[in-house]
Parts: sequence; C-alpha cells; structure tokens
Amino acid sequence: MRDVAVIGVGITKFGELWNKSFRQLTAEAGSKAILDSGVDGKDIDAMYVGSMSSGRFVGQEHIGALVADASGFSHLHIPSTRVEGACASGGLAIRQGYLSIASGMNDVVIVGGIEKMNDVGGTSATETLATAADQEWESFFGVTFPGLYAMMAKRHMYEFGTTKEQLAKVAVKNHANGVKNPNAQYQMEITVDKALNASPVADPLGLLDCSPVTDGAAAVVLCSVEKAKEFTQKPLVKIIGSGQASDTLSLHGRRSITTLDATVHAANMAYKQSNKSPSDIDFAEVHDCFTIAEICAIEDLGFVEKGKGGYAVDQNITTFDGSKPVNTSGGLKSKGHPVGATGVAQIVEVAQQLRGDAGNRQLSNPHVGLAHNVGGSGATCVIHIMEGM
Amino acid sequence: MNDVGIVSYGGSIPQMRIKAKEIAKVWGKDGERISKGLGIIEKSVPSIDQDTATISVEAARAALKRSTINPQDIGAIYIGSESHPYAVKPTGTIVGEAIGATPDLMVADYEFACKAGTAGIQNCTALVKAEFIKYGLAVGADTSQAAPGDALEYSAAAGGAAFIIGSENVIANINKTYSFTTDTPDFWRRAERKYPKHGGRFTGEPAYFRHVTSCAKKLMEIVGTKPDDYDYAIFHQPNAKFPRAAARLLGFTPEQIKDGLIVPYIGNTYSGASCVGLAAVLDVAKPGDRIIVISYGSGAGSDGFDITVTDNINSFKRSNAQTIMEMVNDKTYIDYGKYAKDTDLLIWE
Repeated sequence: MRDVAVIGVGITKFGELWNKSFRQLTAEAGSKAILDSGVDGKDIDAMYVGSMSSGRFVGQEHIGALVADASGFSHLHIPSTRVEGACASGGLAIRQGYLSIASGMNDVVIVGGIEKMNDVGGTSATETLATAADQEWESFFGVTFPGLYAMMAKRHMYEFGTTKEQLAKVAVKNHANGVKNPNAQYQMEITVDKALNASPVADPLGLLDCSPVTDGAAAVVLCSVEKAKEFTQKPLVKIIGSGQASDTLSLHGRRSITTLDATVHAANMAYKQSNKSPSDIDFAEVHDCFTIAEICAIEDLGFVEKGKGGYAVDQNITTFDGSKPVNTSGGLKSKGHPVGATGVAQIVEVAQQLRGDAGNRQLSNPHVGLAHNVGGSGATCVIHIMEGM
Repeated sequence: MNDVGIVSYGGSIPQMRIKAKEIAKVWGKDGERISKGLGIIEKSVPSIDQDTATISVEAARAALKRSTINPQDIGAIYIGSESHPYAVKPTGTIVGEAIGATPDLMVADYEFACKAGTAGIQNCTALVKAEFIKYGLAVGADTSQAAPGDALEYSAAAGGAAFIIGSENVIANINKTYSFTTDTPDFWRRAERKYPKHGGRFTGEPAYFRHVTSCAKKLMEIVGTKPDDYDYAIFHQPNAKFPRAAARLLGFTPEQIKDGLIVPYIGNTYSGASCVGLAAVLDVAKPGDRIIVISYGSGAGSDGFDITVTDNINSFKRSNAQTIMEMVNDKTYIDYGKYAKDTDLLIWE
C-alpha cells in the first residue's frame, strides 16, 4: 500500500443556497481544491463524488460525469464515479479515492461531495432522507430519521442515565464552534435553555438536537505522497488509516441500539492500520446528525467509556478547549449537513487543522485527527485517521 | 396639475374568526407555539355568502360613504385578488354595477398573488395623473385558500380594502411609487387547482425579504428619505414575523409598524393585506404624517408607495364607515367544524 496525502481542499458556504445550482456548487468546491493543490486538469487520474440522492433532491442522476463536465474536464475524459452510502457517501468517496491511490492504480484523484437539499420542501427532504432507512421494516411504517435517533436517545437515557441537558450541551458546543467557521450554515451561539425549549421534533429530540437541511459541496485532492511534492509546497496531511464497516440496515436488527457496531468495527480497522489508539487522536470530526449521535460516537470511537458520553459532555472534554475537541467545524449541527458532502467536508476540516490553516478556530498544534462519517442510523460507517507530515 | 392620491378609502373584514389554537387542535399540533411563531392569534373567515366580490363591494361602499363622490365620476375599477369568484367573468363589473359606476368605466381584474391590490392603486394613480379619468377605484381583497393541514391554514384569511384615487380633496398624496419585480416561484396555484402550493422556506429570504427590502431601499433612495422620516410603515403581512423582521432589517421601529400591522388579529388577507394595513393607518393618521407602504406578491414583486397625509384628512368623514380596528373587534368565534363547512372543505354528494 502506498502512502496517500491530502494536498488540496475546497468547500463552499453551507446553507440555503437558493442562487447556486448543483452544478455551480460542485464546480466551486472542486476548483477551490484544485487551486489549493497546484495540480492541473491533465494531472488528474480519476474523480469520485459522493452524493446521497441527487436524483430525488434535484432530479439529476449520472453525476459522476456531470461533476467532471462541470469542472471543465469533459475533454480530458477522466474516469469519474459516483459513490453512494446515504449520509456516508462523502466518506466512502474519500475511501475509494484513497484506495485507488494506495493500490498504485492512480496518483492524483479528486474527491467531491455534494448535496443540494433545499430545492425540495421540508416534507420531501425528510422522505428522501428516510430512504436511507430500511424501506420494508422502517420507512414503510412511517419512521423518519429523527424518530430512529430519538429511540436511540431514549434507550441511551434508560441504560446510562444520559439527560436532555447533556444532549443540549452537544448542540451548544457545536454552535459555539460554528460561530468561528465562515462556511457554517448557522453561525450563532445558542444556550442550553434555548435548546431545551426548542420545538419538539421526536421526543426527546427538539429542533436544536437536529442537524439542518443544507446545500453545499466540498472537495479534496488526494495524491500519492511520493508525487505530492511535485505539486505543492504546503504541509502535507497523510491519511494513515481508513476503515469502513456495515451493519443491519434497520435499527431494530442490531445487537444494541446505543452502540453503532459499524463505528466500532470501522474504528478498529482504522486504528489498526494507523497503529494509533483512541488516546492518540488529538481531535475529531464526528457525525452529529443528532446530538445523541455525537454522544454515541465519542463512546464507540473509544474516546470515553461506553455510557459516559453524556458525562464527558458535562465535563467539557469535547469542547474547543477540552482535552479531545470534537467538531471544531461546528459539526453537522451548526456547519450544516448537505448529506453527500458531509464526509468530504469533515476531511477538509481535519486537513485544515493539521495544516494549521483553520483560521480563528485553529487548534493548538494538533498532530492526529479523525473523521467519522455515518450512513443511515449506523448501517454504514467510514472513518479516516490523518496525520500532519 | 394637482397632487394625485387617495381621496377616500374603506375596508371590509368578515365577522367570523377562528383561533390558530382551534386549527392546531384538529391537527394535533401545539397551537400556542404555532400562534407565537407566526404572530397570529386568530384569522377572519368568510361566511358562506361572502367572497371577493361582496368584500370588494362593501369596501367600495364604505369608501363612497366617506366622500361626496358621484360613483358616475369613477372612470376605472381594478380589483386585485387571487380568489376572484370566476375564472372568466370579472369581479370588477359586479363591483361597478353594485356601486353605480357603470357603464362609462374601464374595468379589469388583477392577479399578482398578494400585491394585485396595490398594482391597482398604481394604475389608478397613473390614469388620474394622465387625466384619462377623474377618479379610479382600486380594491385589494381575498378569501384566500389553504389546504387542510397546510401551514397556510393558520393564516389564510378574508378581507380587503378599497381606495378611490383622484386629484381633488386628496387626503393622502401618493408622492412616488416604485416596483421591484423578478421571476421568483415561491408560491403558486395552478389553473383549476383548489389550493396553492408554496416553496416552504424559499418563501422567506429569496422571495419576501429580498423583494420587500429591495423595494423599500430603492423607493427611499429615489425620494431621498430614510426610515425615521416616516411616521408609519406598512409591510405586506403574510404573518406577523415577516413584516417585523423586514422592518428590523430596514431600520424601522416596532412603533412605526404597530398601527398598520393587522395580521395578528385577522390573519393574512392576501391581496387585502397591505391595503387593510394602509386603511388602518389612514384611520388614525394626522396631517403631515409620512407613510411608506411596501406590498409583496409571490411570483414575485413588491410595490412601494411614499405617501404624505394632507390637511384634508381633518375634514374627511372617517366616521361615516367602520374603521379597520372596529371591524377587527366586531367578531364571532367559530369552531373548526363550522370553518370546514363554510370554507368548502367538506365533500359530500
């Protein structure tokens, strides 16, 4: 396996981008990443793009070719492939790009993630997202994602005494981080009281426990470490571990609904490959589609003991100044969650932190970061561990 | 020539009210929260015999009662509505006949979502200025539709206001009007469909707020005014949240919009909304008061008016017809069952 580095990153503003098309968003993120990397179109061996449901959100399938076309590369005939794994689509696309370079097949790969979710109304967006659940066993009976994660939260509360206040504190922390991210959808601080008194969505989750519906795109340029210096003099960020795992599509089929086994297995794979343990991780971007998801994630990634996620939040372990900062970008909660773009946006944040160009949300000298991207209620998980070189 | 402006005006709001909480109860929603979120306590409901034609006639008659204008001197009638009773056959002819303004009369029905009423005021102003007509009657009125269970059901209401535009005995000069228009599909109702559709959150930022704030800014730039030059500001009011936010964005105070903000008590009267707001302000305005009106119609556009109240308001017979607030307070509550029956939500054979 060859070593692979992130040599360029690009991201659009996340939010309700009424005046930008799907095509414009992909081109904007891609061109930013290419400019950042120093590569030229003719250097690119392959493209991968993560998108969960462009067909339902904007009526456009066949987006592998579209992204190459929108980027101005149609004349170069670059192999371009769409990757789909619900909200983990972006992370999976990163892994495909990574594997294609690590295997020796390619040297330079662009990986993009895109979702434009606001062109349909709220009900249609919820229905489309619910296609990531099990149609026969869950969605058909009316279950939506807030409902599934609410069941996980209820059970977590029952088993471990996790409280609504602790859930609220996750949202408060991520909004505090999002204020410092110019690309975040919601650059505003919230209070625990505000989170606790927000409109109910699915008990115990309120509106401010949920990530929003978002338009946005992100892209990175991956390159073999041996060729990277041909293109850039910027600090390289190496992907030192890549893990992926799957689980039952339906929540009820799982061994436990408070542990995402896909996270546990993907993390073990990435830790083993990188020869790192949870304690070696300086910071992480985790998949906080709902506040309970972040609490489960920090447990399942081994940052804290199972059941202690809520306590860890109380102890401020995961705040920006804590011992294990989580979601310095604002996370899905505040930065926004354009589902197919999220996994790529997480890699952008981790790379920026490790390169030292995260602006006023820059952590003090981090060495190792982790990105954790989940599809559905935990049927797919993809994790990358990255190190500054 | 003389200044052109509003010579008389009148309103019409159905008596029946349904509380937002009563609607929420039917759908298992938190009425308190919805009411607070929209800033709408209750909305007006048309009785089975009320429609845009009857509301327009009532409003026009109220305007005539407050003046000595001979209806035969009215040379044009424009009725703005998105609930004209007929798809083909004008509401304006019904109104013209009912007030005795026919037959030497230009008539057309207007539709531009919620701003067709103010579009009528603009046309009447132009016709009077051009001396094509002595007086023009512009009406904004609606018995607006909302699908059962839709978010619009809490706000879609009935009511309207009529304005007679002329150049003699003007009570409020229309100093300037300006419109900001784009093709923005935020809310629509296709032909032969009973209920409108809307683009959810798209109806906010790129639609209402862009048009209302752009129109207000450009109008103030043209006439050289700033927010604190105005005594009253009226913004289109689909709910109470939007006009309050628009006022804040533009630098107007809650005090400036208070008297023209009627939506909390009667809901959104669509083509009637900005017109009813203006009528409510004229009910209390004094000579010299400066008023800015910014309507909004989905699809989308905003009409802006810079208005100055004249000394003639002192001798104007406001008390010859009910004020808007008198109509607001003249009400009978109904439950959802009667609402469903009277607004044709029930299907039976």
